[in-house]
Amino acid sequence: MNLLIKGGRVVDPSQELDAKMDILVENGKISKIGKDLPAGGAKASRKAPAIQVLDAHNLLVLPGLVDMHTHLREPGYEYKETIETGSEAALAGGFTSIACMPNTDPINDNRSVTEFIIRQAVKCGLVNVYPVAAVSKGSEGKGLTEFGDLVEAGAVAFSDDGKPVMTGGLMRRALEYAGSFGVPIISHCEDATLSAGGLMNEGLTSTELGLPGIPSISEEVMVARDILIAGYTEAAVHIAHVSTAGSVDLIREAKKRGVRVTAETAPHYFCLSEEALTEFDTRLKMNPPLRSVGDVAAIKKGLWDGTLDAIATDHAPQSSIEKEVEFEYAANGIIGLETSLALSLRLVAEDVLTLPQLVEKMSLNPAKILRLNKGTLKPGADADITIVDPEKAWTVDVKKFRSKSRNSPFGGWQLKGKVIHTIVGGTVKYSNKE
Amino acid sequence: MKLARKDILGIRDLAVEEINLILDTAESFIEVSTREIKKVPTLRGVTVMNLFYEPSTRTRTSFEIAAKRLSADTINISTATSSVVKGETFIDTAKNLEAMNPDIIVLRHSAAGAPHMLSRVVRQSVINAGDGAHEHPTQALLDMMTIREKKKRIAGLKVSIVGDIAHSRVARSNIYGLTKMGAKVTVGGPSTMMPRFIDRLGVEVHHHVDDAIRDADIIMMLRIQTERQDMSVFPSLREYANLFGLNRKRVALAKEDVIIMHPGPMNRGVEISPDVADGPYSVILDQVTNGVAVRMALLYLLSGGN
Amino acid sequence: MSKKRVVMDSAGIDRSLTRISYEILEKNKGVEDLVIIGIQKGGVFLAERIREKICRIEDTKVPMGKLDITLYRDDLLTSSKKPRMGKTDIPFSLDNKKVVLVDDVLFTGRTIRAAMDALIDFGRPKLIQLAVLIDRGHRELPIRADFVGKNLPSSLWEEVNVSVSTDKAKDEVVILENA
Repeated sequence: MNLLIKGGRVVDPSQELDAKMDILVENGKISKIGKDLPAGGAKASRKAPAIQVLDAHNLLVLPGLVDMHTHLREPGYEYKETIETGSEAALAGGFTSIACMPNTDPINDNRSVTEFIIRQAVKCGLVNVYPVAAVSKGSEGKGLTEFGDLVEAGAVAFSDDGKPVMTGGLMRRALEYAGSFGVPIISHCEDATLSAGGLMNEGLTSTELGLPGIPSISEEVMVARDILIAGYTEAAVHIAHVSTAGSVDLIREAKKRGVRVTAETAPHYFCLSEEALTEFDTRLKMNPPLRSVGDVAAIKKGLWDGTLDAIATDHAPQSSIEKEVEFEYAANGIIGLETSLALSLRLVAEDVLTLPQLVEKMSLNPAKILRLNKGTLKPGADADITIVDPEKAWTVDVKKFRSKSRNSPFGGWQLKGKVIHTIVGGTVKYSNKE
Repeated sequence: MKLARKDILGIRDLAVEEINLILDTAESFIEVSTREIKKVPTLRGVTVMNLFYEPSTRTRTSFEIAAKRLSADTINISTATSSVVKGETFIDTAKNLEAMNPDIIVLRHSAAGAPHMLSRVVRQSVINAGDGAHEHPTQALLDMMTIREKKKRIAGLKVSIVGDIAHSRVARSNIYGLTKMGAKVTVGGPSTMMPRFIDRLGVEVHHHVDDAIRDADIIMMLRIQTERQDMSVFPSLREYANLFGLNRKRVALAKEDVIIMHPGPMNRGVEISPDVADGPYSVILDQVTNGVAVRMALLYLLSGGN
Repeated sequence: MSKKRVVMDSAGIDRSLTRISYEILEKNKGVEDLVIIGIQKGGVFLAERIREKICRIEDTKVPMGKLDITLYRDDLLTSSKKPRMGKTDIPFSLDNKKVVLVDDVLFTGRTIRAAMDALIDFGRPKLIQLAVLIDRGHRELPIRADFVGKNLPSSLWEEVNVSVSTDKAKDEVVILENA
């Protein structure tokens, strides 16, 4: 069935478009974009296939959102999330493409796991799922995985996310080797010897609470290292979940010098700061940890000036077994697919980003970094489209999440902006029923 | 008068009036422990559950005696620290205990924040008997009580806390309490044992013990945890004892009528030399006595009156 | 606002205490084994006055103690308010002593019940007698005073206040009628 999306504000930074337009979708692709398109296409005839018309007046029509940093937990931790439930959550959050990290069980360090993930995702038929494979075997930081085989199987990037690549030597080889396949290395930057035992940002709050700190330098030391190695090898490195002012400065300066570095942050790093932890709420425990108010400001500035290219969710489902325990023993991570857009829209309300800039960071840029042919509404592109009511106010209710897990600190938050339809490959996969 | 709160989780949330009420009440309880029949019927029918996830004979015994002298029933549960025992979460454990209907739960836990978590899920009063490196409110209260007893005041006194401040719940609770009560608090210890931004808690920071204890009215020595050696927090016990141990010569730098406190158990010869520990200015045993009274006061003030 | 009526002035209180002191001596045939215990707070001041008088009359010393009955109250776990605790100070044994318990106002009798329980925790007195300045009736327990300054029938909504302090001239007993 073809689709006509009428009267919405189409914001597509890939063609510098921000105007009230109609979009015609035919055979799963964007076929036309223009003003007042007729419901039967130009060559309307009786034999033309049925067409579904979506009224998008007062709504935003965006290229489908791309989350380049998700944990789907399958295989191995299906009690936290599955490829299916994670995809459902993605749809509800307006994401049409997601890249999933390799820290499953078994770790995605070989072709069979990569193929399994892709097969499962196809079986679900919900969103586009792009596996990120491990840099090192078992993510143990020793030998490289078979990049060539993994890329051929469908891996779009390499990362030992959750664990840093601790030795500079291995990172150098990984960057050099990945370059020849045209895929980026996504670096979880954390010097584990500096963060050892840490449970939250090292600062006044950790001192007050008596919790061992994770200093900002544990992240920055490795951001600096990776930038230097990327510069030296002329390879592309992507810095995952940037959380500190120092990292933003390092990346800004490196970009100025022409280093091929890109970076993402996540909504919690610009919506929350360390003070929130005073009640030892395990839902606020994550790695990197919530940082200081100054860091939050620096993250916003980094988004504003383009130092930070993308907003990813770092959606990390954890069950009550991991979270309803003492803070020290609680697992890291928060889920984010279903709140990311509304939280990020706050940046537009706060004049940190324009709407097109936000769309760039949530769709076009992550697609570019991962070399995906996504994040655009140009005719001919896959019809991955997110339709959003930017004015709809809603209260986050974790019980309504489609994710299998509930570990979000945003429950009860009043947010503005709700996904109305999520369209993947020309099919409406999700519609908000409220 | 009643404490208008369900739990005692830390000194940080207590107001000066509340601290005074607790200390005044505790002073009245001192007398009960000196009687021939050291028991009053006050908390008959009240059940106090001592839930200890970390070994501590001293604090547990003190709470138990306090409860028994008030005629409360006590149940002691000592569990080896473990995150997940047979798939049961801490919240599961808490809910189970709640169902047994104790009135007050005293919790000692190696994880900071465990009492806060417990207090959120159970309707009973929770008393923090020490959580990780966070707070040890009853220790700070008994320390303040001892200071008040010996010095007749707290405001204006110079209190020096020496040792591993970063990992000490006793230090934190005392810093919160003593600064609230108007004392001038100085902390001393190697830089590796000073948490970041500690000065922002309103204390003076010194890295040489002599500077820290100069002209002190009270010196509070902290127990050094020998396992920190392995984490390169200090090179050796020998060096620590040399640089930071309290001996007679150093005590002479403090005021003449200085009193010396230690939350125990002491490492004699490491943070404190035996002659100082047993010396005339040592009030370490008074601290223990006052500990019972403070805990009686808290059990009394938190119980009843729904 | 409550109305205030003075029912006993400083001189009246002093005369009553003098009489009570003589009655105590008469009933106990002197001061042998006699101890006086004042109940915190009001009873303590009165106990001190009575002791002074007895000591003057007999020209000897009579031991005196203070008793705070808070911990023995029967309403602690039901009431939402915790009374501020006073000090108990009984620096002698009560075994085989004739204890004269002193309080300011005898009302429901519950305070005296608590006080007797407390005393028994300090030993086994030979006997316990009760001296009060005012008996206002409304007993809820079978308790009776041995020595009474003044019987003052009162209504339940009235409050009987005994103000006795170190400043004798300001002593008075008043009835406050809560309007």
